Amino acid sequence: MDFPTFLQTVANSVVLGSIYATVAVGLALAFGVMQMANFAHGELFMGGAYVVYVLYALGGVPFPLAVVAAFPIIALLGMLTERFIFRPTRGNVLAGFMATAGLALILQVLVGQTWGVGLMRSIPTPYMAIAEFGPVRLGWQRLIIIPAAFIMMGGLWLFLHKTKWGKGLRACAQDPEAAAINGIGNNKMASLSMLIAGGFAGVSGALMAPILAVTPYMGHGIIVTAFVVVIVGGMASIEGAVLAAFLLGFIHTFTTTLFDAVVSTMVGVAFMALVLVVKPTGLLGRVKQ
Amino acid sequence: MRILLLIVVAALAVAAPYLVPEYYVEILVLFLINLLLASSYRLLTTTGDWSLSHVVLMGVGAYATALAAKLLGWPFWLGLPLAGVASAVIAAALVYPLLRTKGFGFFIASFAFGEFVRLIWVKFTNPFGGPRGMINIPTPELGSIDFFFATPYYYLTLVIVALCLWILYRIDRAALIGDVMKAIYMDEDLARSIGVKVNHYRAMAFITGGFFAGIAGALLAHRLGAIDPKNFDINVMVYLVIWVVVGGTKTFWGPFLGVIVMTIIFETSRPLLEWRPLLFGGILIFFLIFMPGGLESLLPKRWTSRGSSATEVTG
Repeated sequence: MDFPTFLQTVANSVVLGSIYATVAVGLALAFGVMQMANFAHGELFMGGAYVVYVLYALGGVPFPLAVVAAFPIIALLGMLTERFIFRPTRGNVLAGFMATAGLALILQVLVGQTWGVGLMRSIPTPYMAIAEFGPVRLGWQRLIIIPAAFIMMGGLWLFLHKTKWGKGLRACAQDPEAAAINGIGNNKMASLSMLIAGGFAGVSGALMAPILAVTPYMGHGIIVTAFVVVIVGGMASIEGAVLAAFLLGFIHTFTTTLFDAVVSTMVGVAFMALVLVVKPTGLLGRVKQ
Repeated sequence: MRILLLIVVAALAVAAPYLVPEYYVEILVLFLINLLLASSYRLLTTTGDWSLSHVVLMGVGAYATALAAKLLGWPFWLGLPLAGVASAVIAAALVYPLLRTKGFGFFIASFAFGEFVRLIWVKFTNPFGGPRGMINIPTPELGSIDFFFATPYYYLTLVIVALCLWILYRIDRAALIGDVMKAIYMDEDLARSIGVKVNHYRAMAFITGGFFAGIAGALLAHRLGAIDPKNFDINVMVYLVIWVVVGGTKTFWGPFLGVIVMTIIFETSRPLLEWRPLLFGGILIFFLIFMPGGLESLLPKRWTSRGSSATEVTG
């Protein structure tokens, strides 16, 4: 690998790490607050891509507007998931996790039957131009993912640390009972965490829609990576998830460049195995009771 | 009463190929294989480890016997035990890192590990055939008996599956193994405090369950004649979970109920092919939320009370 290729790969890694981060923080946040994992998180990502397909490719709504619209639409889907699946199975990670696996099947069929299975939905690329930084070339379509991710991460950080609701979320993640004693409703916080998780997954899918093959089954590709990121980062740790997202972004991009996509997934999974054996709580995880 | 029931079931099982049309014999073969798969999976769930790599372990057995038959010319009779051993060996390799995780971490890690093994089949076209898998896996022969047709293969499967289920039943009933596993599920710390080597038993359940999954895989491979990585992906795993959740895991017979009922629903929903995942997803959610004990919880208590166990999805 020569130097220009190396720089190019680094740039690609940052793009990929950004998207992993926006997908995985929601998973980590929801897990921290509810101790529940959403297997249908990949389908929320898929839903975001279909929002762009329907609004932008079919409806002619400007691309940025379609991406922004993905937030409330998929956030609502996330909140419904909390209300009708996670709340009745509260306290039982396995039941919640498996029930969302059922939800994933349902969403795939609904989307597939509405907009067609089989061939990918074609979405015209909104930003054709290519930015050049010395030897590094990045399509605008990919480049905008980096600032978008930074805005979302920054917004989430501010929300969690500066607002009453955000502090409530963090309190709930630390100790739900103590939070409840202090008047922070666990159900409300669980709902809020799934709102954010859904919104972030939706916007990520929306941003990636022109780059990826949009199919009802595209969630499969992202969910393995999202779970690897969350495990490596330490389950409930948002900072850990962001760190792990960029680590995985680099590992995946470099192994894909040097070998191929299958090897890249294998290396990612093997990396997770290593973390589990050496430090089961993840990179930034704390020991939970 | 129990003996009588057993005799009736055995008689029905033996007569079955002559009671139903040819096409259904094919389904009965798959049904028996699924029964073994679900029952071996229940062994893992008795310790609380709902692994998501079990179907991949089945695949290990299928690939092992297919490779042995095609590359080394091994007959089915050697390939079958090889499949079990291969799956047990891979299970042993996976379980030690997995034991460091619990609950949610265990599900995800087992899912990812299974995916790793599956990707090896996708990646290495030689010898695994890559994404298109392996074809022309020979059918078993015994002297002049050829097991190509559905009915002889049904009897072959019946004998092997019945033997495996009997062993699994003995394990479930053995005070030293079965009860200890359930104790681990009910209260791991308490079990540890009275000297139970918790991880030892979790590993034993995982490896033993893997062995029988491998046997099921070998039976599947020699029946289908062709296997590919998609036969063992997460979708199939979710279906296995659906069987076990629908039936229940509290007693040995719960998964049987699940496989029977879901096989009937699967076959009758053929006209609604593309809606089937939605139906199954809905059933899964319904059972997890409204009937977490599964169908077995509907049975009269005296039928299940001799089961010494207490594990279900609620926990």
